Amino acid sequence: MSLSNVQPQPLPSAADDDSDDIILIEPAHGWVSLGLRELWQYRELLYFLTWRDIKVRYKQTLLGASWAILQPVFTMIVMSIFFGRLAKMPSDGMPYPIFNYTALLPWTFFAGGLTRAAGSVVGSSGLIKKVYFPRLVVPISGVLAGIPDFLLSFLVLFGMMIYYDIYPTAASIIWLPLFLLLAGVTALGVGLWFAALNAEYRDIRYLIGFITQFWMYATPVVYPASLLNDPWKTLYGLNPMVGVVEGFRWTLLGKGSSPGPMVAVSAVVAVLLLIGGAYYFRRMEKTFADVV
Amino acid sequence: MNENLAIQIAGLGKRYRIGALQARERTLAETLSDSLARPWQIARALLRRENPAHAGKQTFWALRDVTFDVERGEVVGIIGRNGAGKSTLLKILTRITNPTEGTIRLRGRVGSLLEVGTGFHPELTGRENTYLNGAILGMRREEVDRKFDEIVAFSGVEKFIDTPVKHYSSGMYLRLAFAVAAHLEPDILLVDEVLAVGDAEFQKKCLGKMGEVAGEGRTVLFVSHNMGAVEHLCTRAMLLEEGRVALDDTDVPKVITQYLHRAGTPDQDEANLAYRVNREVLAAQNRADIRITDVSLHTVDGEPLRLLRTNDPLMVRIAYEADPEIAVPAFVVRFRSMFGQEIFRLGTMPISGFDIPRLGPRGCVELTIESLPVTGGEYYIDVRLVAQRVERLVWLEDVVAVDVTEKDVYGSGMALKNNRGLIVLQHHWAHRVAEHAG
Repeated sequence: MSLSNVQPQPLPSAADDDSDDIILIEPAHGWVSLGLRELWQYRELLYFLTWRDIKVRYKQTLLGASWAILQPVFTMIVMSIFFGRLAKMPSDGMPYPIFNYTALLPWTFFAGGLTRAAGSVVGSSGLIKKVYFPRLVVPISGVLAGIPDFLLSFLVLFGMMIYYDIYPTAASIIWLPLFLLLAGVTALGVGLWFAALNAEYRDIRYLIGFITQFWMYATPVVYPASLLNDPWKTLYGLNPMVGVVEGFRWTLLGKGSSPGPMVAVSAVVAVLLLIGGAYYFRRMEKTFADVV
Repeated sequence: MNENLAIQIAGLGKRYRIGALQARERTLAETLSDSLARPWQIARALLRRENPAHAGKQTFWALRDVTFDVERGEVVGIIGRNGAGKSTLLKILTRITNPTEGTIRLRGRVGSLLEVGTGFHPELTGRENTYLNGAILGMRREEVDRKFDEIVAFSGVEKFIDTPVKHYSSGMYLRLAFAVAAHLEPDILLVDEVLAVGDAEFQKKCLGKMGEVAGEGRTVLFVSHNMGAVEHLCTRAMLLEEGRVALDDTDVPKVITQYLHRAGTPDQDEANLAYRVNREVLAAQNRADIRITDVSLHTVDGEPLRLLRTNDPLMVRIAYEADPEIAVPAFVVRFRSMFGQEIFRLGTMPISGFDIPRLGPRGCVELTIESLPVTGGEYYIDVRLVAQRVERLVWLEDVVAVDVTEKDVYGSGMALKNNRGLIVLQHHWAHRVAEHAG
């Protein structure tokens, strides 16, 4: 086989000179666009990376999927003993375990998503150094990979609802996916900042554990937000996880009136975090391959 | 952009910060202490009328002023020494890293074989990894569905496709990974040294696939040290030197000859030598009556050694100064692998039986090796002077490091590096089938 005589020949597609066909590579200075269109084109990669994360996590652990249940359940038991039983923490008139567990569901999803997203760029250095794809895929898949765990741990809540005879109303439950989305947006928004920072500065990872711990106590997981009165309660919504947790309790346990203003504040903050994080990430991503 | 062009590169440059390459893991604390030092560095830079943006940061250009076009269907071989910018060019073309200046226009889908098997996860099965890897390389799911049988057949791992790849042999793993990448059907294919891995049969398959891609009128950029493969596959070759295009011609043998020739042209720049002398080791001698002043490697014609390939001849010159009254010591040259194993030892007396009756006040000893039968890689040379067979007069460990360039010694299409054994031998194989007697 001799190839030295191969002459350049136009491809069949040569006729349709469509400018979409041309990839332009040039130096990127400063702030760049989010590249959402390209991100959409790579949605299958997002799906496969998420799926790989989940599959590998369940395959590599001894107890597999049961971790998804054990972790929040044991946390709930410990918290119920210390905060509920011993410290007599108020729980808006609910049994403390279900009050606490309803908050732990989105909290665990958020904390896991944040941790995975923050470590995602460094963790995928093998991919990033060798293949081009929209780098945003990596932290997004880190957050999405928490969904199966969330759904599994949700099953426990059903059991608790039956045991305590507390049921959500059909009208409010439809809001639940929105609150889950809000938790995901917050996790991704903060995760993007940390993912980009962690690529450059490796000591950021030590900060993440500390921050999630601190953040949990700044969120009404072990105590009710009703300890505060307006306007402080609405301001409390500046922590987007406050809106999420209170939203979960409202939709699932039918507790009191809707936490509307607080959730609105939370949503605004979460979206700002996400937009800021996404732009910052895009700005930093061009050096990822050189530093990770 | 002219529609016959697949690639258009104009004024391309990539600058790296040396610190960014070496100290890979920065911590926040370091950055904070650096920023405390910054005002001082900027002030100093301003005093010296330098650009303050670069104060305190050493930079170098891995690529500079690179401009060329590639027509559709061309198969371009990119050659050059290590560090000439070949890999940086491919990294920019694949959009893994961003250029510092210049623009590139690419027409059509770009596929790369920079590293096959990227994203393969050991816990997942061959089938799962095929889909995952396909998605990473930019293939749609239907596309993988459609090509799946072909990929599996090409890889030859049909039986194990539902086994986690951690149970695969490295050969199987590689074949599957290559099969996925090879079925991407890009308009522009970028290949970097992928042929350096795998067994000879697999390499033939790879070369065949590349030829097939080229034959279909697709564009291929092929970075390689394997001159045989470049000559065989490419319709055009480009020589990169220090980040610039030194030569670009459709006469591929001419570019290759230029490359090999330039690698051998006299040039006082020590960085172009195939060996490095450790001056600290030389300086650390402490005898008054004899010292080795220099150790150098040469071609048999006495020229400085710029390129050393497996089975090439080689001359080691050891220059000395001595008190002529000293009892003549034995000169010993040891050749060691990068892991420190001694590969061979040659000495004037008693090993080789070469007698030096008397030393001059200044002189040199030349050891000529007619053929150096070691595979590609880095090797170290020790030089010793030994008196009365035991007394160590001068003992220079690792005084020279030498790079041996791998070569397709056995004519199989595979250039042998030192991960495939350290020495090469004349040999042949035979195969006989036993006759069954009932």
